[in-house]
Amino acid sequence: MLHKDFIRVLYIDLTNEEYRFEERRDLFKYLGGTGVAAKLLEENIKPELDPLDPAQPIIFANGPLSFVMPVCTKVVATFYSPHTREYGESHAGGRLAMAMRFNNIDAIVITGRAKHPEYLVIDDKVLFKDARAMWGLSVEDTGKILRQHTSGSGIRSSMRIGRSGENLVSYAGVNVDTYRHFGRLGLGAVFGSKLLKGIVIIGDEPVKIPKENMKKYREVYDSIYDTVTKTDVMEKYHAVGTSINVLPLNEMNSLPSLNLQTTRYEHAENISGERFAKEVLVRKVACSGCQIGCIHIGQFRREFDDGYEYETVNVSYDHELVFALGSFVGLKNPEEVLQLIDVVEREGLDAISTGVALGWATEAYKRGIITIDDTLMPFEFGVLQNYMAAVHYIATGKNEFYKSLGKGVDFASKKYGGQDFACHLGGNEMPGYHTGYGSIVGFSVGSRHSHLDNAGYSIDQARTKEEDIVKKIFEEELERNILTSLVICLFARKVYNRDTIIKALDAVGITLTNSELTEIAKEILRTKYRIKEKLGYSLDQIKIPKRFFKTITLNGKLDEEKANNMVKEYKAMIDELMK
Amino acid sequence: MPKVLRVVDRRRCIGCLSCRQACARLRGDYSPSNAALDVKTAGGMSGEFIITICMSCEDPACMEACKFGALTKRNGGGVVFHKDKCTKCGACARACSVSAIRMDKEGYPIICTHCGYCTRYCPHRCIATKEV
Repeated sequence: MLHKDFIRVLYIDLTNEEYRFEERRDLFKYLGGTGVAAKLLEENIKPELDPLDPAQPIIFANGPLSFVMPVCTKVVATFYSPHTREYGESHAGGRLAMAMRFNNIDAIVITGRAKHPEYLVIDDKVLFKDARAMWGLSVEDTGKILRQHTSGSGIRSSMRIGRSGENLVSYAGVNVDTYRHFGRLGLGAVFGSKLLKGIVIIGDEPVKIPKENMKKYREVYDSIYDTVTKTDVMEKYHAVGTSINVLPLNEMNSLPSLNLQTTRYEHAENISGERFAKEVLVRKVACSGCQIGCIHIGQFRREFDDGYEYETVNVSYDHELVFALGSFVGLKNPEEVLQLIDVVEREGLDAISTGVALGWATEAYKRGIITIDDTLMPFEFGVLQNYMAAVHYIATGKNEFYKSLGKGVDFASKKYGGQDFACHLGGNEMPGYHTGYGSIVGFSVGSRHSHLDNAGYSIDQARTKEEDIVKKIFEEELERNILTSLVICLFARKVYNRDTIIKALDAVGITLTNSELTEIAKEILRTKYRIKEKLGYSLDQIKIPKRFFKTITLNGKLDEEKANNMVKEYKAMIDELMK
Repeated sequence: MPKVLRVVDRRRCIGCLSCRQACARLRGDYSPSNAALDVKTAGGMSGEFIITICMSCEDPACMEACKFGALTKRNGGGVVFHKDKCTKCGACARACSVSAIRMDKEGYPIICTHCGYCTRYCPHRCIATKEV
């Protein structure tokens, strides 16, 4: 797509071990990322079949600015979510966007099911490689094997699943280049259902910069580079990182803790971003093409035997992990949180959903809704060892209870009870903000039920008037379709205002006006809602669990009726959009 | 005074690849594979980054290996590339003991000119030019 007027789509059929390329001029108007991936999902999804049927597609798309402009580092995956059983979309950084770019691939559509566990190597051709020996291995060990058996160090990307994906846990993620993830909504289970253990893409092709664009390209690149590196627009993401949010959120009664029984956590100070930075932070790394380096790596050591026998483990952390695997389950210091993150990473689970599932299970256990016959051990907030074991049990589907917990808190609470305190919104486990109507309504109506759909939590923190909240959610949701189609990291959203976006696109030969971009955003959102409709989803189905109204937020206690009316108001705006 | 490229502090590297991208940009290409320097990890993203640059040898093995006069000595260290004399045999790349020479897709070696353009795009000042 770079300096071309088409989207180059790689179609891979795992069943027949075949692949082909198509140059799709008709997709060009969807830009890339979310736009292209949603459109390709609409074309390829099979609404009448189960989300884990071999015929269902996995789609990946990067964007026209990927790697060539600073901080355009993400790839969008779309799929039929086995977790919410509706539209599935997840984003990941790392090296994937770059590797696709320099393999001249704008989008990938994978269908079918391999005859036995396989991994794909996408280089000059697509190779279907035997992964039987890797089935059952952790994300980490699989990564090491893939690395040893492929070329292109530094310019390749490696995706893989852990045991949770193999065992079809509905919130299993896909690990990308060790520290990034397609975390949410169960892409890992879709990989597992196809017996697809991993994918390595090598991006070593040159892509010439047209001479006539060179001057303009350099100027625009330099100007964005300077904003990213020489101003404080993105500083918060590099310094302490997003976990800088822990303390302020706690101060404002917004840090979900102990299964959202409270939003003020007594140990918040001990798991704050500042504390992590002081005690366990050892380095920071970046996605390819990002000068910020927001990936914070913490380190812990563990004595595995007498005689001073230690292992040393590096794990990445950020706000969402510190909340989900920290405050939400009552852990009390960085080292404990890192240890729980480590097992979640090895099993390849979504960290947020896992933490929220453990939180729900703990409260359900305390209330006697589930017993030790289900959990196989007592659950107690703050007891790390049992949580570590439980993560392995979820990943492997140890018994009926853990199989259910592996389908998320909505599913498990419908089966066992405790729906009032099952902290999901739209079927997806809540993220680390309980700030007000913006957060609960924003997550509920967001097209992928992610805090990044429309940043409702940020609308709350700006103390927006109640009557304006829904309008702001809608506007932000719409605008982010542009950012995530290009595919700009949302941490750089303040760098890439409309003016900068138009200049950046122009520098790579794409001329679009403000109003054209707005129209594209609308068409992309419409595409998502057409898919949702096909899958039988409606905003009418949203039911916000009681716990969200019992626990105080930055904006006080929330009123159920008011929140439901806001969802209705949003639905009316979507209905209007779809006309 | 002539200048040469040096790695000042490898450990500060975050792996953003902006330096490789800058070098490629100067060569008219978007792709980091088309750069005279290399940044990769040893043992994956959890390992350390390795930055491979031309070491600006006073007695360059690459020049010695070239039988066609395509590489001549550069003032300050390293070599100057004469494309018209290059036969794309790859002997220079094989001779470099730190593997600092890669071949481009046309088969020509990518030779660092020590211009220092890449250093302007290192957010952590891992690389710099030094007067020699």
